Amino acid sequence: MADETSLTIDGLSITARPGTSILRAALKSGLYIPHLCDHPDLDPVGVCRLCLVEVEGRGLVLACRTPVEEGLVVRTESPEINNVRRVTTELLIVNHPEDCLACSQNDRCELQRVAAYVGVDRQRLARLRRDARPAPVDTSNPFFDYDPNRCVLCGICVRTCSDLQGVSAIDFAFRGFDTTIAPFGKMPLAQSRCESCGECVVRCPVGALAPKNAQQPSREVRTTCPYCGVGCGIYLGVRGERVVAVRGDPDRVTNRGSLCVKGRFGYGFINHDDRLTTPWVRRNGRLVEAEWDEALSLVAERFAQSKGESFAALASAKCTNEENYLIQKLTRAVMGTNSIDHCARL
Amino acid sequence: MTNSIAEIGDAACILAVGTNTTVAHPVIALQVKRAVARGTRLIVINPKQIDLCRSADLFLQPRPGTDVPLLTAMARVIVDEGLADTAFIEDRCEGFEAFRRSLEAFSPESVEPITGVPAAQIVEAARCYATRKPATLLYAMGITQHTHGTDNVLATANLALLTGNVGKPSTGVNPLRGQNNVQGCCDMGALPNVFPGYQKVADPEIRAKFESAWDCRLSDAPGLTHTEIFDAIAAGRIRSLYLVGENPVLSEANANHVREALKRLDFLVVQDIFLSETAQLADVVLPAATFAEKDGTVTNTERRVQRVRRALEPVGHAKPDSWITCQIARRLGAGGFDDARPENILQEIASLTPSYGGIAYERLEGDGLQWPCPTRDHPGTPLLHRERFATQDGKGRFVPLTYKPPAELPDDEYPLLLTTDRNLFHYHTSTMTGRVEGLKTLAHEELLRIHPDDAARLGIADGQMVQVCSRRGEVTVRANVTEICPPGVVSATFHYAASPINVLTSSALDPVAKIPETKVCAVRVQGQ
Repeated sequence: MADETSLTIDGLSITARPGTSILRAALKSGLYIPHLCDHPDLDPVGVCRLCLVEVEGRGLVLACRTPVEEGLVVRTESPEINNVRRVTTELLIVNHPEDCLACSQNDRCELQRVAAYVGVDRQRLARLRRDARPAPVDTSNPFFDYDPNRCVLCGICVRTCSDLQGVSAIDFAFRGFDTTIAPFGKMPLAQSRCESCGECVVRCPVGALAPKNAQQPSREVRTTCPYCGVGCGIYLGVRGERVVAVRGDPDRVTNRGSLCVKGRFGYGFINHDDRLTTPWVRRNGRLVEAEWDEALSLVAERFAQSKGESFAALASAKCTNEENYLIQKLTRAVMGTNSIDHCARL
Repeated sequence: MTNSIAEIGDAACILAVGTNTTVAHPVIALQVKRAVARGTRLIVINPKQIDLCRSADLFLQPRPGTDVPLLTAMARVIVDEGLADTAFIEDRCEGFEAFRRSLEAFSPESVEPITGVPAAQIVEAARCYATRKPATLLYAMGITQHTHGTDNVLATANLALLTGNVGKPSTGVNPLRGQNNVQGCCDMGALPNVFPGYQKVADPEIRAKFESAWDCRLSDAPGLTHTEIFDAIAAGRIRSLYLVGENPVLSEANANHVREALKRLDFLVVQDIFLSETAQLADVVLPAATFAEKDGTVTNTERRVQRVRRALEPVGHAKPDSWITCQIARRLGAGGFDDARPENILQEIASLTPSYGGIAYERLEGDGLQWPCPTRDHPGTPLLHRERFATQDGKGRFVPLTYKPPAELPDDEYPLLLTTDRNLFHYHTSTMTGRVEGLKTLAHEELLRIHPDDAARLGIADGQMVQVCSRRGEVTVRANVTEICPPGVVSATFHYAASPINVLTSSALDPVAKIPETKVCAVRVQGQ
């Protein structure tokens, strides 16, 4: 294609759109280069230093910060690259908790992938390890935790909150070994301006920002959010007979994967114990459980007595088009009145 | 919306009036904020200093209920300074001369004492909206929930016509609809004056079409609107009510009146997923399925028809609303309710509703379709009014307006103005969000926002419980002393059954839209 740039990575000829970084061009071509701080939704910042590659004639560059150019010759492996990469990786994981199996990001963790790719020497790690007290986990938010001990300080959460969400609830705080991610004044998240949208949790490459009581669904169903009129596309994550997760549909034009706090975390009502599970009929002033047949017969009998202008129906802006169509058809065609409305004005 | 959500990001100017977007439509607010980051100018017009103001280039803070003079003064500036799109007006509009004359009464200086907005700010906002094209206008219930809500909407339309900001990408007059399917519920004719697709019940030809399709005789008299229905119940004219998925005891204005009215009914059927405050008053409660337990379609604020899909079986003996309604109709001996399968019902809808004519399940797999979509090969309509408006002659109509104050303004007895809004963490009367523990933790009770000056004068401390009284009722609520509200204005949501704010609000109606004025009423606040 005329508007594509050609380059060579590890002897493979690939093409990419001008302006694409070497890293994203490589990843798109199925070529892995270790990285942590790069995210397709965000501008590259080059802070994790893992994606070092060698460009012929230039030496070592960051693949995430170097745009493709026509004829570029790139190598992702060399003794020099491996040296730098190994030290960088070791410093990142030297004090990282080793309880991967108990981490919600297990098996999807970018740090695991980096460590597996680079290779880790336990003896070297032991020499580098410093005594450090575990930092306290911020559990103040009801939907997710921030565990600074698992954090690799890639800043994806910080940039998501500022660049994508326009909220800027969190930033890097303190310096050197004490560096952490925190709201202003290191307040608990729940007391900050954080809107709990969870967009940072979704993008965290490790298990630092993790949903509370995370359960992986056994299947997903593509549907539409039940809250406001934006109509965000969602996937309901189902396990057994319960909804256990919601994720934004990245392909739906209405939201491109984004969700708010209600859409992402507000699904607990579906399987709530308060759900009505049987019809109720008032007897002697009290509502008592009834069979469908009894309840429907009673409704039909009483509605039959009040056809015309003494009847009204209120449909629901929470019901589907098909259901509302039926309710107005019943009101008009069967009950003989146009007194049907809903909460559009409220 | 005349335009689509995805177009907002490409506007050069966004005028957000009467919408607390980050709270009520957070994902649309993302589009707004990202546009601003790329250089779009944002004008926020709101009585309160809402969160979106942090992104705004210009923030105009009118007194509640003064949108017509404010927006019309902007129109006056645009005309006076020669910023109107004369070619567009000439070509596509009518009634401009009368409108221009009506602007005499609305100089920025003359409306300043009414709106409280400095004339210079009105001028600046007008210049920004008129010159930075394309400009899009977003509004929500801050515009509509007034006794002059229709006038407010017309004032926004006048501005869009005047500047040619309609019928083109990233322009338009864009109401942000509240509920997930409030657009579809209107489209389906759950309104007292129209059949599906806004086809008038008073039109004999339309009526004949539906009579033939439904095999029945149909009434030509428009029915009663929401608020009127409760008045008719109170007056004893309506004896039976079939109420589906709604909680008017908390959501309707003047809620005490609603509660009293419901008790007068001979027969109340409530169909819902929970035993809501309203369901507790019912004679029969029918357990319905949630969105996760049924198939169907919903229509969003940009007229996009999208699928909902069954992920679970309904809990217990709950049933989809379509099944329940069909069962009732069949037990009443009615034909035409034999097939409750949503896919087939949509076919019936399409056959009777020109704007949904081409909509079918197999076409909704991707992003859905935006109506009007009249035929099976029509791609849908992301952008309305490209070449003509939905009037008889296809012309956009300027409407001269006058300033009408709200029905109830503060006085000596009730000296503060109450305006209702929403918070980010709850939805309407919290029947759903109130059953999500985390959302309750983040926002567990009602807060009455009150300016520090008013709080100091009344001896109210932040966090203290206060009593709020209006002519219709009283509520106890925790005070939140904040400069978000200007002096003289207090605000609260209506999300919480423990502090049912709508017992305070006024059910004075807009004469055309019959919407109650929940954005303005007079209250008295006192410490406990």
